[in-house]
Amino acid sequence: MQTAPNPATETKLDMEQLFEVRRVLNPDGTLVGPEPDLTPEQLKEVYRLMVYLRVFDQRCLNLQRQGRMGTFAPFSGQEACQVGSAYLLQKGKDWIFPTYRDHGAMHTLGVPSVNTLRYYMGDEMGSRAPEGVNAFPISIPIATQLVHAVGAAWAAKIKGEDTVTVGYVGDGGTSPGDFHEAMNFAAVYNTATILFVQNNKYAISTPNAKQFKTKTLAQRALAYDIPGVRVDGQDIFAVLTVFKEAIDRARAGGGPTLIEALTFRYGPHTTSDDPKRYRTQEEVEAWQAKDPIERMRKYLVTKGLWTDTDDESLWNWAKDQVNAAVTEAESIGKPSVDELFDYLYAEPTPELLRQKEYLKKYLSKQG
Amino acid sequence: MAKMTLIQAINDALKVAMRRDPSVLVMGEDVGVNGGVFRATDGIHAEFGEARAIDTPLAESGFVGAATGMAVNGLKPVVEIQFDGFLAPAQEHVVNHIARIRHRSRGRFTCPLVLRIPSWGGIKALEHHSESIENWYVNNPGLKIVVPSNPYDAKGLLLAAIDDPDPVMFFEPKRLYRAFRGEVPEDYYTVPIGKAAIAREGKDMTILTYGVHVHTALEAAEKAAAQYNWQAEVVDLRSLNPLDLDTIIASVKKTGRVVIVTEAPKSGGFHSELVALINDHALEYLEAPVARVTGFDVPMPYLLSEDLYLPDAGRVVEAMQSVKTY
Ligand SMILES: Cc1ncc(C[n+]2csc(CCOP(=O)(O)OP(=O)(O)O)c2C)c(N)n1
Repeated sequence: MQTAPNPATETKLDMEQLFEVRRVLNPDGTLVGPEPDLTPEQLKEVYRLMVYLRVFDQRCLNLQRQGRMGTFAPFSGQEACQVGSAYLLQKGKDWIFPTYRDHGAMHTLGVPSVNTLRYYMGDEMGSRAPEGVNAFPISIPIATQLVHAVGAAWAAKIKGEDTVTVGYVGDGGTSPGDFHEAMNFAAVYNTATILFVQNNKYAISTPNAKQFKTKTLAQRALAYDIPGVRVDGQDIFAVLTVFKEAIDRARAGGGPTLIEALTFRYGPHTTSDDPKRYRTQEEVEAWQAKDPIERMRKYLVTKGLWTDTDDESLWNWAKDQVNAAVTEAESIGKPSVDELFDYLYAEPTPELLRQKEYLKKYLSKQG
Repeated sequence: MAKMTLIQAINDALKVAMRRDPSVLVMGEDVGVNGGVFRATDGIHAEFGEARAIDTPLAESGFVGAATGMAVNGLKPVVEIQFDGFLAPAQEHVVNHIARIRHRSRGRFTCPLVLRIPSWGGIKALEHHSESIENWYVNNPGLKIVVPSNPYDAKGLLLAAIDDPDPVMFFEPKRLYRAFRGEVPEDYYTVPIGKAAIAREGKDMTILTYGVHVHTALEAAEKAAAQYNWQAEVVDLRSLNPLDLDTIIASVKKTGRVVIVTEAPKSGGFHSELVALINDHALEYLEAPVARVTGFDVPMPYLLSEDLYLPDAGRVVEAMQSVKTY
């Protein structure tokens, strides 16, 4: 019996080679490619953002353990992806559609830390981005935000604006239909959308091997006829470089790009998770040896842009900044009863007003 | 008999069912190696292997749809939806297929799967992790809707659900998972689907409720007994579809006063259907309008405001006063 040819294997396309991992900085801080076109001040700003976010993230884990915050999703280890994906966007114009693990990108775009703290402390006000910062509220329902990112770019196109949007998603988030639908819509309507997959190897406990069969996620771009890129997600220069290319292409009308960053979360999925059940300490340590922050520090030092003293004062500065944000967030207190009912519609319905009155009356009787 | 928490009882029911029947399997996100985010499937991967403890890709439409095909073709998938809010992507399969297969194939095909859905609030979780979605499905013919309120019922109802020839949505009050322990037989037994239980006997008023709010109602009943010497009867519905109308109406006829407690938003819910049924079957026995203690018509709030939203014993006592002093 003759078996039908399988084009994927017949053509012998080596996807890992076709979608080679883009890298600029080696883990030891030496260059293997051209640096991104940034001034020394910008380079230091990028580094400062990564350090700040690491300190912030670790502090949030502590706050949760102390009962001062609810369930929290840490991103430590993914700082190069967080900063590199948002740093080159035009604030006030471009949009991001983040997941629960992308508050670092939100911060990079201009969402204050107090918002993130309030969000994870359990206050809806934390989801309200400041005016002029186009950060959609965190989307917890996996992959849904990608289609929104496509729609926002599509709207810009219809309105004749050259806005770029970024939709964030994890490796697990490439499984729902929404991921594929977003790719297809972006391709069909040639929208200025970057679909950014942070492949941190696990969706909670589920490893890549159980999530998808392909060797890369970037290769899925082939099927939709859009550019697909794989990048070392622990290399801030490489992330900035591939984002620069994708942003420039999108803004010039060249359409969407799928970017897959190879990265790792050092911590648990969320503070409710016990990663020891599904991954080894050796695996974590192997990734920590490729740390994005340490890599950039080495580069800056070699370049003569940075000293140990600079570094020490930066980490201290970050701690002070984070402390100030925590103090501010904790001084805000509980949302009011009105806030439970307001904001649902432009004008509250009569039934909502009745329910609000009932609750207020009940609470006043309780004293 | 062993003393188990509700989550242990669910875990035990799954293992008992899988030992009895090789066609039973568990599937969903992180249910294998990790044992589920609540550990409902803890140890199942170790005992039954990868083929019967399936870590699926992250796509509810994918694994609920696939489970539909499995059930049609002779398996008994027990599907874990990680949290209530994440059933939404699978809605298509639940409402357009699972609920209708027997009916539209005129009995030729059936879909006897179980969807386990950790539900409702009270554990201070993130957004979309504390939803009341049971009403969407009570209003959708073709699905059985079951809610345990204690470890004994959890095991017995889950075993009955797995044995059931039709699709069963098994809503688990996650707030009760580790709240207390109860006596649970180690062997196979079932609690029939469609039978309510009297959680507390009383003559002065009836409280109709299910899940975690059986406990809210019991607390309110004790308070009212101590404070006013009112004896409330608490009816644990256990099954919203099929509904045990006989038990409900008998209690209403006995007490003449009714309070309904649910965490779902107030408007358009199953609790309102209960009021209509009482009108149909026992209007002339009522001494007062039926009172409802519910959530509010807003999205489930983030954790700082969760306590404002959730019904508590105080609100139930207030409703008891309203029906008693009408
Ligand atoms: C539709 C939906 N199903 C399930 C969940 C529960 N959940 C939250 S995060 C997560 C894993 C996501 O993994 P991945 O996409 O790889 O992103 P990561 O968390 O690793 O950043 C799951 C299953 C959800 N949020 N949404």
